[in-house]
Amino acid sequence: MAWFMLPVDLLFRYLGLHINVWLTLLFGFLFLPHILGVSFGIHQYYTRTLLSIFKWATLQMELSAKEKNQQLYKHYTRGIIAKTPGSTLQQEFEDLQQSTLLSLEPRFELSDVFFFCRKALESIVDDDVTKCFSAQELESWNLLKRSNRNFRYLSLKLLALWVLGVLIRYGVLLPFRVTVAVTGISLFIVLSTMVGFLPKTNYLSDKVHWMGYRLCVGSLTGIITYHNRENKPKNDGICVANHTTPIDGIILANDLCYSLVGQLHGGLLGMIQRAMVTSSSHIWFERAEVKDRHLVCFKREGMRNTFLTNLQIISFTGSCVNNTSVMMFRKGSFEIGCTIYPAAIKYDPHFGDAFWDSSKFGLVGYLVRMMSSWAIVCSVWYLPPMRRKEGEDAVQFANRVKAAIAAQAGLVDLIWDAGLKRTKVKDAFKEEEQQLYSKILMGGHEDQNRCKHTEGGCPEGDKDK
Amino acid sequence: MGSRASTLLREEEIEEIKKETGFSHSQITRLYSRFTSLDKGENGTLSREDFQRIPELAINPLGDRIINAFFPEGEDQVNFKGFMRTLAHFRPIEDNEKNKNLPASEPLNSRTNKLLFAFRLYDLDRDNKISRDELLQVLEKVDVEQKMSIRFLH
Repeated sequence: MAWFMLPVDLLFRYLGLHINVWLTLLFGFLFLPHILGVSFGIHQYYTRTLLSIFKWATLQMELSAKEKNQQLYKHYTRGIIAKTPGSTLQQEFEDLQQSTLLSLEPRFELSDVFFFCRKALESIVDDDVTKCFSAQELESWNLLKRSNRNFRYLSLKLLALWVLGVLIRYGVLLPFRVTVAVTGISLFIVLSTMVGFLPKTNYLSDKVHWMGYRLCVGSLTGIITYHNRENKPKNDGICVANHTTPIDGIILANDLCYSLVGQLHGGLLGMIQRAMVTSSSHIWFERAEVKDRHLVCFKREGMRNTFLTNLQIISFTGSCVNNTSVMMFRKGSFEIGCTIYPAAIKYDPHFGDAFWDSSKFGLVGYLVRMMSSWAIVCSVWYLPPMRRKEGEDAVQFANRVKAAIAAQAGLVDLIWDAGLKRTKVKDAFKEEEQQLYSKILMGGHEDQNRCKHTEGGCPEGDKDK
Repeated sequence: MGSRASTLLREEEIEEIKKETGFSHSQITRLYSRFTSLDKGENGTLSREDFQRIPELAINPLGDRIINAFFPEGEDQVNFKGFMRTLAHFRPIEDNEKNKNLPASEPLNSRTNKLLFAFRLYDLDRDNKISRDELLQVLEKVDVEQKMSIRFLH
């Protein structure tokens, strides 16, 4: 049995050695730099190496697919079908009507149904909104099982590489990161509560918060690039950003200390949120509450309390959306009337997808996925401050800010509400479409009685619900 | 776990659908991934609620009727084959198909079948209440092939 004991013996010795090495590495490379704010610059080499490995892997898959004479499933970002851009009801009807009648006045035709029919089928095949609520698809594979549809094309080489990747991610990276995270969070909670007992000074609480954020970002191997730092938010303003994940706040706060506004969660996150409140000011509220009012009250109070003037406030848009588009902003932050500092956050999905699909996995599952990815790489752009113009109401201002953020980060600007993730569309929107159609029909008969139906019967009458 | 590829489409099924509907291999796989992403219950079929979750469809005045067109008489669930069969009506007519003599069974995306689809949108109780000749007369000059097709990118 001696031959059996030898490898086991080696393993134990290796582990023993491993733990010592591990702790030294952790302390030297992760804790100290993050606490002191120093960086080694290894990240660039890491990301570049990973990218070249991914490209090679995708090439391998394409080659093996060609051998089998089949096509690789590739995600095309432009979508499945070609939709006529900017085609409105008006234009389509003018088209339709001209081909059937020579009269200039539009009237109802049985063939009008074609337009609605085709639009409906187009949205069934490919629509803008439901795409946003599931993870973004990649064009090249990043060695994570969860983002690959081409399993049949995996050669032995690739399989070996993938297994190696899994071992590294779950065996080395994950334990490292979990240790850093756990230590970081407990350290933060303890220090934050301690600082809370002291008289409120900005300096200490800022330092504690800042250390907490840096450790959290380090635990995810977050590689963040800040652009346009000259536009960094100043005091007494609100910072607004597009919302993708719960860690958006951490990423922004890594650079500057903010007073956060967000939903109060349960469990671990709730504990952290409560600890934060002890040493600095934040607002946490329930999803169902009218948050707009809360924000206004807080701002009014803030005017009186001196320590709040050093902090800015971040507010988010609502539900998590994957990082390809920006959905409607909540107008609460735009009604107050102070300066808005927009920030655009764009994640690079090649190294790890930060999107949290809350219908699929909870917070812990989400964190495990994040920590077992290669890295979280993102860019933050600070945009120049904006103020509400004369005669602009909150909604228009919100849309203006949203457009600026979408343009900077290269995201699609949507008019839909992110709340559509959970609720149905309001009937008011459907009625708007019907009104638009009837306006086109009635356009020719405006001088006559508006209430009369046309000869063929108003389509709204036929489309009884 | 994230990967939706767990319920992969088998090659035989793809061939069957190809024959019946005329879609290409890549179009079928792409539409299958769309089908699975709409299928929130992950049971291989779509219900009416799954369709209504698409906001652009929900605000379309004809939305409900078109959703009904997917479901066969009296059923509440549609599987992928049924989904593709309905979508096939909107496949553009290829040039090489236009001049063929009619085969034994007309392809799903022929002019007549496209018109039949639109016709059924009016015929709510499916008993041919609108006179067919009337409808065809009105639509004689309309470019049905183009208006009732969606253009695929690949």
